[in-house]
Amino acid sequence: MEVQKFQYDNRIVRDFGIASVIFAIVGMLVGVLIASQLFSPAINANLQYMTYGRIRPLHTNAIIFAFVGNAIFMGIYYSLQRLCKARMFSDLLSRIHFWGWQLIILSAAVSLPLGLTTSKEYAELEWPIDIAITLIWVVFAINFFGTIIKRRERHMYVAIWFYIATIVTVAVLHIVNSLEVPVSFLKSYSMYAGVQDALVQWWYGHNAVAFFLTTPYLGLMYYFLPKAANRPVYSYRLSIVHFWSLIFIYIWAGPHHLLYTALPDWAQSLGTVFSIMLIAPSWGGMINGLLTLRGAWDKVREEPVLKFMVVGVTAYGMATFEGPMLSLKNVNALAHYTDWIVSHVHIGALGWNGFMTFGILYWLVPRLYKTDLYSKKLASFHFWIGTLGIVFYASSMYVAGIVQSLMWKEFNPMGVLQYPNFLETTLQIIPLHMIRAVGGGLYLTGALVMVYNLIKTVKQGSFLPNEDAEAPALSADDHSTSETKHRWLEKKPIQFALLATVAILIGGIIEMVPTFLVKSNIPTIASVKPYTPLELQGRDLYIREGCNACHSQMVRPFRSETERYGEYSKAGEYVYDHPFLWGSRRTGPDLHRVGGKFPNLWHYLHMENPRTMSPGSIMPSYPWLLTQDLDTSSTSAKIQAMQTLGVPYPKGFEFIANEILQQQADSIAADLQRNKVPAEPNKEIIALIAYLQRLGTDIKITGK
Amino acid sequence: MLSTYLSAIDGVSAYPIFSLIIFIPFFLAVTIWVIKLDKKFLNYMGEMPLKDSIGSDEEGK
Repeated sequence: MEVQKFQYDNRIVRDFGIASVIFAIVGMLVGVLIASQLFSPAINANLQYMTYGRIRPLHTNAIIFAFVGNAIFMGIYYSLQRLCKARMFSDLLSRIHFWGWQLIILSAAVSLPLGLTTSKEYAELEWPIDIAITLIWVVFAINFFGTIIKRRERHMYVAIWFYIATIVTVAVLHIVNSLEVPVSFLKSYSMYAGVQDALVQWWYGHNAVAFFLTTPYLGLMYYFLPKAANRPVYSYRLSIVHFWSLIFIYIWAGPHHLLYTALPDWAQSLGTVFSIMLIAPSWGGMINGLLTLRGAWDKVREEPVLKFMVVGVTAYGMATFEGPMLSLKNVNALAHYTDWIVSHVHIGALGWNGFMTFGILYWLVPRLYKTDLYSKKLASFHFWIGTLGIVFYASSMYVAGIVQSLMWKEFNPMGVLQYPNFLETTLQIIPLHMIRAVGGGLYLTGALVMVYNLIKTVKQGSFLPNEDAEAPALSADDHSTSETKHRWLEKKPIQFALLATVAILIGGIIEMVPTFLVKSNIPTIASVKPYTPLELQGRDLYIREGCNACHSQMVRPFRSETERYGEYSKAGEYVYDHPFLWGSRRTGPDLHRVGGKFPNLWHYLHMENPRTMSPGSIMPSYPWLLTQDLDTSSTSAKIQAMQTLGVPYPKGFEFIANEILQQQADSIAADLQRNKVPAEPNKEIIALIAYLQRLGTDIKITGK
Repeated sequence: MLSTYLSAIDGVSAYPIFSLIIFIPFFLAVTIWVIKLDKKFLNYMGEMPLKDSIGSDEEGK
């Protein structure tokens, strides 16, 4: 058979690797910064571009899409070429993919601190960037499938299946969740409203974790772990079961993110059952990874690469055990809205994604540069300080989560809340937040040591941009008669991709159809009216400042919550909320019933400096809201966009909207002036107060 | 409670039942499939990451 000579493209692998390392440091640095703001809000230097609400999404996006994203591409571009015995389909597409992705990251780094956000977690970027992501993802997909089609290896290794599932599913998730109506170049409203928007968002949020943070890394695990251990995966059979059951089940587990909120019981129970079933394939995968090291455990003692991978895979096992546990109603009632969830996701991010990436980098960089790692000792140091960082981080957040949750729920013998002041529960866990920041700092220190170690490695080696390889060409009629169907299947990438798509779409449709039906099934509450123009503007300021990063708008039907906040939330109250703003973590109290609770003056002074009204508060000050003019030029476009979405503003309302806005602003400003504060009606603070005072008041009118 | 809204949809329980009906046979089919795969093929596949570049046999250190 003819042996063909060709070259692997190592340059694209190196470039993605460098980008991943740079953004790891940036993302972690921002992480430590926001962690510190939670015990010392002054760290933001009263700069609006550095407040917690605006840079928390910067942290999450930098870690997920920049650090982990670039690491995924690094690993895929390296392993795919070798598993296919072929160079990437097109060098040009590889370049476009690389630079396009970095530009997207750059635009996120600029737009998020500016407050340009959709507010939907892990999908904060505005619509032009969403379109860019779609285009670049298509470029990646063409390059990827092109490589598979021109491969010289007949069979597709299991890692490639995981990559295929990733590419297909992320595309579906991104498009469905990003459907929005543009208001202007950098502002849009979600297509969906309220309960429906929440369902779509957490269907996305959950599956982004599955198909951006999990499946590609499982592919990398199935490739790089055998490489590093120099022995084949423990059970190839298990890996096939792992793959199919994982992609089939994962997509169903979405609803558990909304447990105990306005979701129906059946969706909750379904999510719970499937979440628990998820343990089986996840642990099958973890065991498969760990048992790959059978007979090589002595190597783990000396080889930092394996140390990182062992802890990474173990963290995967822990997080995938904890996830289903958190979906149990009684566990969730305790953990939801607390730091427990923060701990859970960081076991995944720091342990699984972080350590697997570090392991791969320590293995890969010396090979790209044809040398040995500069210092195994430093790598070991990185391993231990990183592990210590995770322990500090996770343990402090678990304790903080449980302590705060129990305090929220504590009643005294008289039957009233033991801690009626929310702030008390916040102050109680501040020392734990300090420990968390130390944990993050240790982890970051380890990463910096890695950067030094890798730079030294690069300097002592010489980079090989194009690596020679050879393999026999694949003949078209290469069929043996004894083939099973699965072998037929994995020889055909397109059929395989289609089947994987069908698998995830079935799950998606089963979950989404009731979601779309729900709209007509939510009883409209007659007293719930669309927001006034001023309130709508105020709501957009709430979104700009990322208030939903710390405040929920969802009072659950627990006595401890109705006592604290008021009447529990009804689905019908959210019908005009494009997007929904339920939030996911109560760093501060729930705001769904805040309307009318405090006078306008209280809000004015509280936003100027929260500590004047609530001594010890960790909320940032928002002095710029008092001085910046409200941009009313957008009012008419916003009303029109809302009308497009079916919000029943009367015909022609967009033309008189600013007049109505002005009247309401004048009356709030007049009230403030009566209370001796120099408030002007055209400032942003007026709109925000209007929105806060409206929150949750619709059903109070009917006295329900 | 709010849970009544979704359950008020006509025949909504069909969806979770449908998903279970699809999943269980699929899972069984995959399991049987996998058990039937022959050892030689599985070994070949398992070895794949270790044999993907020139001289990779001496490489793994």
